[in-house]
Amino acid sequence: MREDVVDLLWEGLRQTLYMVAWSSVFALLLGTLLGITLVVTDKGGILAAPGVNKVISTAINGVRSIPFIILIVLLLPLSRLIVGTTLGPAAAIVSLSIGAAPFLGRIIENALREVGDGKIEAAKSVGAGPFTIILQVLIPEALPALVRGMTIAVISITEFTAVAGAIGAGGLGSLAIRFGYQRFRTDILLGTVLLIILIVQILQWSGDYIARSIDRRRFKNG
Amino acid sequence: MITVTNLNKSYRTRSGTVSALTDINLHIEKGEIFGIIGFSGAGKSTLIRCLNRLEEPDSGSIRIGETVITDLKERELRLARRKIGMIFQQFNLFDSKTVFGNVAFPLKAAGYKKPEIERRVGEILDLVELGGKAGSYPSELSGGQKQRVGIARALAGEPDVLLSDEATSALDPQTTHSILELLADINRRLGLTVVLITHEMDVLRHICGNAAVIEAGRIVENAPVRELFHNPQSDTAKRFAGIYDFYNNTGNSGQLEVPKPEQREAVLR
Repeated sequence: MREDVVDLLWEGLRQTLYMVAWSSVFALLLGTLLGITLVVTDKGGILAAPGVNKVISTAINGVRSIPFIILIVLLLPLSRLIVGTTLGPAAAIVSLSIGAAPFLGRIIENALREVGDGKIEAAKSVGAGPFTIILQVLIPEALPALVRGMTIAVISITEFTAVAGAIGAGGLGSLAIRFGYQRFRTDILLGTVLLIILIVQILQWSGDYIARSIDRRRFKNG
Repeated sequence: MITVTNLNKSYRTRSGTVSALTDINLHIEKGEIFGIIGFSGAGKSTLIRCLNRLEEPDSGSIRIGETVITDLKERELRLARRKIGMIFQQFNLFDSKTVFGNVAFPLKAAGYKKPEIERRVGEILDLVELGGKAGSYPSELSGGQKQRVGIARALAGEPDVLLSDEATSALDPQTTHSILELLADINRRLGLTVVLITHEMDVLRHICGNAAVIEAGRIVENAPVRELFHNPQSDTAKRFAGIYDFYNNTGNSGQLEVPKPEQREAVLR
């Protein structure tokens, strides 16, 4: 083991966390918007618009069917437009956010669909409008499922950052390729793998913990 | 108070159009407890859900008080619904909110200020005898308590009408009784018009003045409940009256069960 290991891994970890955090925030915002739109515009939804629903749904399927590494390449011009470069963590955040948003959209859609129609009808029956229903009924009722879904999504984003590292994004994935693979630095390779495992464990543990505490507050006997 | 005129509703299914309600005409007086009884699939749930347009009727008109419900646009309908409370078989409470939060929901949606909300929720929870449960979540309540929260939520906006969609069907007989007592009490104290649908004759007998019998989407009988028992005209009413007498005579208070024809003949004779 050489003395640069700690510095390299520390820098990689910092970049990975930076990418995961910002990509998750942006993907979450976009995905939440997509997920809610999918649910409320569906046939029989509170803002039913089957045409809009179909278009969004098809677009999501389209983006999701492109392998992520190809999507990054496709989005390079957009990265250049937004952050001025196609290299480094900041550029990767653009691709990661857009790549993960449709996935998050589906996850959020699924969580929101679990909210029973009866609850939505009860809200309608007292005169609540669509936005009150979304903010006060759909989201709070689905919260534990939303947290669990988002945990899965953030972990996927962590995996994606490692892939993005292969084509110039920086972070632990890039370290593993540049040092571990191209320069036969087994110590760095193992270090990056351990760190990624650690990140994923912490994310899963936190997500479970939050979802469980919400459930426990609401369902004390269960 | 409520007038339904020539109401029709059908559903489109893969195998064609199914008529759910055919030419429904009803008049319900202010302050009465009106029952609608029928077997499963007769269309009673569709009918009551048309009254606040959770289901959109195909044709016909519904008037509640001075408002023609069937003429309202979305936004007007929302305002009108604040004056039409509804309670449900499955309670449909919000698991994410405490009892207080559930009852406060209609008031928040209507834009009430916080002190006003706290005062009103407190009053209504006392009315339904859940004063000490404001901070509990629905999962901590019994079925009867849940329905009391449902009733409180429905009453929060001080409605003129309360619609009850099989509100006691998921409850045991004793709890059913206490919920019916509560509804009767609210009806007396607040002068609220109550429309309830049920498949239990006991519910009608306990609190309804007049009732309509619905059969295959049509109202086949509309009379004071006493008459429905003593002189039933329609098949449905006869079967319900038969069931009722049957249990009354044998002292059996168990689940509803359609009596065998010969037993039914015996009671009817």
